[in-house]
Amino acid sequence: MTLHSLPSPDDVIRRELDNGIIVLTRPNLSSLSVVVTGYLSAGAIFEADDKLGLAGFTALSLMRGTAKHDFQQIYDALESNGASLGLDGGTHSIGFYGHGLVEDLDLLVGTLAESIRQPVFPSDQVERLRDQFLTSLAIRAQDTSEMASLAFDELVYAGHPYSRPEDGYPETIRAISREDMAAFHHKHFGPNGMVISIVGGVNADQVMNAVTRFLGDWENPDQPAQPELPPVTPLNSLITRQVNIPGKSEADIIMGTAGPPRRSPDFLTASLGNNVLGQFGMYGRIGESVREKSGLAYHASSSLSGGIGPGPWLFIAGVDPKNLEKVIELMRKEITRFISEPVTSEELADSQANYIGRLPLSLESNGGVASALLNLERYSLGLDYFLRYPDLIRAITPEVILEAVRKYLDPDRLAIATAGSFTADN
Amino acid sequence: MNEPLTKLTLSNGLQVFLKEIHTSPIISQWIWYRVGSRDEVPGLTGASHLVEHMMFKGTPQFPLGASDRAISREGGYHNAFTFLDWTSFFETLPADKIDLALQLEADRMFNCLFDPNEVGSERTVVISERQGSENEPLFRLSEEVQSAAFRVHPYHHEIIGDLTDLYSMQRDDLYHHYRNYYIPNNAVLSIAGDFETQVMLERVRELYEPLQAGSSPPRLVRIEPPQAGERRIAVEGPGETVYLQMSYRAPKADDPDFFALNILDSLLTGPTNLNIFGGGVTNKTSRLYKALVEKELAISVNGGVQATIDPYLYTTVVTVHPKHTASDVITAIEAEIKQLQDAPPPAEELERAMKQARAIFAYGSESISNLAFWFGFAEMFATVEWFSTYLDRLAAVTPADVQRMAQTYLRTQNRTLGVYLPNTPEKS
Repeated sequence: MTLHSLPSPDDVIRRELDNGIIVLTRPNLSSLSVVVTGYLSAGAIFEADDKLGLAGFTALSLMRGTAKHDFQQIYDALESNGASLGLDGGTHSIGFYGHGLVEDLDLLVGTLAESIRQPVFPSDQVERLRDQFLTSLAIRAQDTSEMASLAFDELVYAGHPYSRPEDGYPETIRAISREDMAAFHHKHFGPNGMVISIVGGVNADQVMNAVTRFLGDWENPDQPAQPELPPVTPLNSLITRQVNIPGKSEADIIMGTAGPPRRSPDFLTASLGNNVLGQFGMYGRIGESVREKSGLAYHASSSLSGGIGPGPWLFIAGVDPKNLEKVIELMRKEITRFISEPVTSEELADSQANYIGRLPLSLESNGGVASALLNLERYSLGLDYFLRYPDLIRAITPEVILEAVRKYLDPDRLAIATAGSFTADN
Repeated sequence: MNEPLTKLTLSNGLQVFLKEIHTSPIISQWIWYRVGSRDEVPGLTGASHLVEHMMFKGTPQFPLGASDRAISREGGYHNAFTFLDWTSFFETLPADKIDLALQLEADRMFNCLFDPNEVGSERTVVISERQGSENEPLFRLSEEVQSAAFRVHPYHHEIIGDLTDLYSMQRDDLYHHYRNYYIPNNAVLSIAGDFETQVMLERVRELYEPLQAGSSPPRLVRIEPPQAGERRIAVEGPGETVYLQMSYRAPKADDPDFFALNILDSLLTGPTNLNIFGGGVTNKTSRLYKALVEKELAISVNGGVQATIDPYLYTTVVTVHPKHTASDVITAIEAEIKQLQDAPPPAEELERAMKQARAIFAYGSESISNLAFWFGFAEMFATVEWFSTYLDRLAAVTPADVQRMAQTYLRTQNRTLGVYLPNTPEKS
């Protein structure tokens, strides 16, 4: 394979509609299907504290009824054709993802446009969804991984919007009215900041035609821009929080700190370093220490999420509660080693080969390409990013990694959140 | 996709399927062994899954961690699955790197070390995996329903095994299991992707043909007697949410009824998705979604039938609405089933189910890993033709067949019904 078969300016089309919507497409004419995915600039970042979950609740309500079709009509059209479409609320945006056979491009883009432009939030559907939402929060309250994650965000991002759960809390979900949703939709939904990526057995003319017809005349002059993020207050010590959930066999550990945003010059370097630390092979050094050598966990790894703002750098493991402290110490030990000495040249070569070599696999499917195109746009990486990418990776040295990761990781300044059934014995 | 599927059996009994696909510079190799939790006796439950784990723990050629590192270095991914009837290992790699996968699996079939120290540490890893599953109410419920549904057949126990056996199994038990079942004449090799068949075949012969065939593996034959009446179980645990699982005895995968039951399932709970890589379709217009979720008796409903060697279960799982009880849900499901027992469904509903099945099939056909998966998967419980004729056999199902399925299989006497009941006091 030559690198030129990766998405590049030669075959990716990027167009901006008059109303600001960015359209990305790459034809894959041997494919029988098409993926339509993207995001709108209307996430949880715009919510008031007493209405947490509003963006997500609104997103789920969009396909529950529009000015033209009711819930069953919307889903009957999609499901009868074997197509699928969904919307979901995130921190900075509301995302959408759909797929169908190529002849259903209009159905997908048309249903998406109708849902985001003309939702009517039928009261009975909103109440039904509220019950479903509250049940999912009751299930969350029993999920050790999710509860450790909530506690972690509250510790690391105290006073920052990232401390707030996108799904809200039961009391905030109960406080949201259909009028709140309609107002949120009216104010925040619009073409500014909307990106749509369409990949599959359709050509650029078909894509542009469909998007222009269904979304080209959408306007919302009052749509606000994304707010500035406040800085994250750095941790000064180890801070811990334990969430007790009776009746659980396994406890989850989520520890770490805030990492670099995706646009930071440190991101790619830190990400490659993290691959050595907690991803490569069966979860890098962390997996080697906690799972392979000690047999203390089924999963133990680290991850760096990047994102618009300073997303978390996480160290996670699921363990028997009696081994909790042991595993935390093993992971802290690996962090200490990671910031004390450069990764070996062999480790670096392995991870560089992994990062470059896995591109063709991650870009095999229409969905993989469509979501890669979204990332190029979201983080201003440029359409030639995949052509430049191998050189960017090869330029990273052990010393550069060490310098970058020292800015973020310190084994004595971490948030450690755990959730499980804890007794005085453990 | 137009290249024919090459099928052959090597002199040592290894079945080989090769499919050229040139849409992407990728190759996926899957090796399937005819061994799963169905081959385990009490005392050794979970052995197949633990053996699968041990097969990642090193050989002289690929010492501990070497295969993980080698696959990652080449930009590939790999994994393994243990099921009721089979165990499978796969690697998907850039096409010019596939030789690594061929070498790795040919080596792994015979040369795993089963170092006693590694058995010790992997035992605790698997116990941790089981504990993670036990955190989930639906795992606890499903394990109890499965064991109540099968009194005699080894489908009785969960694939991951019982905790007591995970603690007591010894290295030699596992090694014995490995030597008995991991032989070429008990395996299927399926490779799909960007290669030339003759070149690939030569390499497959070079690496796999020297592996010696073994004696036919032992088979546990314990036929489950017919079910004489409904079985009900309850599981109590933490939480606020009630779950219901209804599992009916179902036909085996190569039974002609299996396809009609699939259509019935599609009508009741939405289309079955056989893809392991590839998309599915939501189920918001299915009969049970309308009867349960739209009527606010349930928060969600899902269902499906597994393709198995012996008759297994057709299962529906419901998250019960907090304002209702499991009994309300059972009554509503029974009313929907009765409708199908009393009258055949409209032909248009079957046509719609077929459209959905064709779309799901198209999504799955676009992933090379998924195609390689399908060829070997079908061979585990039927033959590869099961898969190649799958859509035609679904299309042949008539409304009367669907009615007959409801009458034959969805009888109260034929089911095991389980309810998960929260025992955590509700928060104020």
